[in-house]
Amino acid sequence: MKYLAIAASVFLLGTAAASADAIEDRQAHMKERGAQMQVLVPIAQAKNPFDAAAVMDALKALEENAAKMDIEAFWPAGSEGGKSSPKIWEDMEGFKAANEKYEADVKAAVAANPQDLGSFQAVFGAMASNCGSCHEAYRL
Amino acid sequence: MPRMRKLIAGAVVLAALGAIVGWVLSAPRPLSQAEIATVSEGAEARGERMFWAGGCASCHAAPKAEGEARLQMSGGLELETPFGTFVAPNISSHETDGIGAWSPEDFANAMQRGISPDGAHYYPAFPYASYARMEPEHIADLYAFMKTLPAVEGKAPPHQVGFPFNIRRGLGMWKLLYLRDGPVVDLGADASEALRLGKYLVEGPGHCGECHTPRDMFGGTQYGAWLSGAPAATGPGTIPNITPGGDVGDWSEDEIAEYLNSGFTPDFDSAGGEMASVIKNLANLPAEDRAAIAAYLKQVPSLPDGHP
Repeated sequence: MKYLAIAASVFLLGTAAASADAIEDRQAHMKERGAQMQVLVPIAQAKNPFDAAAVMDALKALEENAAKMDIEAFWPAGSEGGKSSPKIWEDMEGFKAANEKYEADVKAAVAANPQDLGSFQAVFGAMASNCGSCHEAYRL
Repeated sequence: MPRMRKLIAGAVVLAALGAIVGWVLSAPRPLSQAEIATVSEGAEARGERMFWAGGCASCHAAPKAEGEARLQMSGGLELETPFGTFVAPNISSHETDGIGAWSPEDFANAMQRGISPDGAHYYPAFPYASYARMEPEHIADLYAFMKTLPAVEGKAPPHQVGFPFNIRRGLGMWKLLYLRDGPVVDLGADASEALRLGKYLVEGPGHCGECHTPRDMFGGTQYGAWLSGAPAATGPGTIPNITPGGDVGDWSEDEIAEYLNSGFTPDFDSAGGEMASVIKNLANLPAEDRAAIAAYLKQVPSLPDGHP
């Protein structure tokens, strides 16, 4: 009985630690995106001059980041918390679909290889709209 | 025994008097004719600004509507609150399912006094306690703009509200306690034009205080804690403190205005939940309006967090 209790508490501690890790991991992953958006948004808004190389570097970084997105690992069952909406776990399929749409739009932006502001804005608008639409549904 | 009878008779009389007083106090109090503006030249075009400032689409467009569909006021969004589940009604220009048959007076009384055309009280989930601060001309402009929106067929389901909140007449008492059309923050006589505009947009049509200010146990806004944040009224999470001492105290005016336009925070996180929808509305306003809101938010009293 004693061993069972110890085993149970070790298990519970383990899952608690795992969910805390998941929250930290997913927040760090999303912050990487923010760092690239910091480069891209002011250029798209014409607040900073267009720089094809800087844009491409940032887009490629976002593509790499998107490839590393692992929904199962970042939002495992029992890791509710942070700013994640409970809707993620209620509608995991919809959440995954939103992630796939974002990844496809990032790839399209990289493939477009924009060389001037107009063509960059065209692909960036579609890509960046994913931030708001996914956060509206799945983030508190 | 006669004494007992007297006591009972007295209690009955008191109860009847109480009921009469309660009935009188809880009566709907419509606007006077002087408080209702007539629809003037160019109202449709001006009304669109009030439509986006007022955030009508966030509750009255079909849930998840995007683009042009945000102009279809079919209703249907469910607000799950501690008082019950409120369902946003159809306010499209449909003659029978929407508000297409309403007069300008009907519309003004709904917006500013929370009274339906047949004299019933609306629940304050519809933020008339904020819209009460709007200029009568702006109400008339919005009325004219709403007329231009498509007619959508179909009524939204009724609210699911339990006793005692399902007695609408009781809302008359709520209004006596909480419905105020006076300003919230005193900016002083020398406040700039932009600050006044920001104050009007935030306290009136924008109805920011409805979510960003904590409420008391009867759902009344606690004006002493104005904009200091609150537990979310619908679902989990908290609504941030947007006073200078709060969660966004270190954002510049420009950064606040940018957030209200694109949803991006200074560190390029992006708005989530209901605020993402609010930003979709505010993005349709002229840039001066968003700058004015930001200027006002820098001037409101700095308060400790009203949220947990």
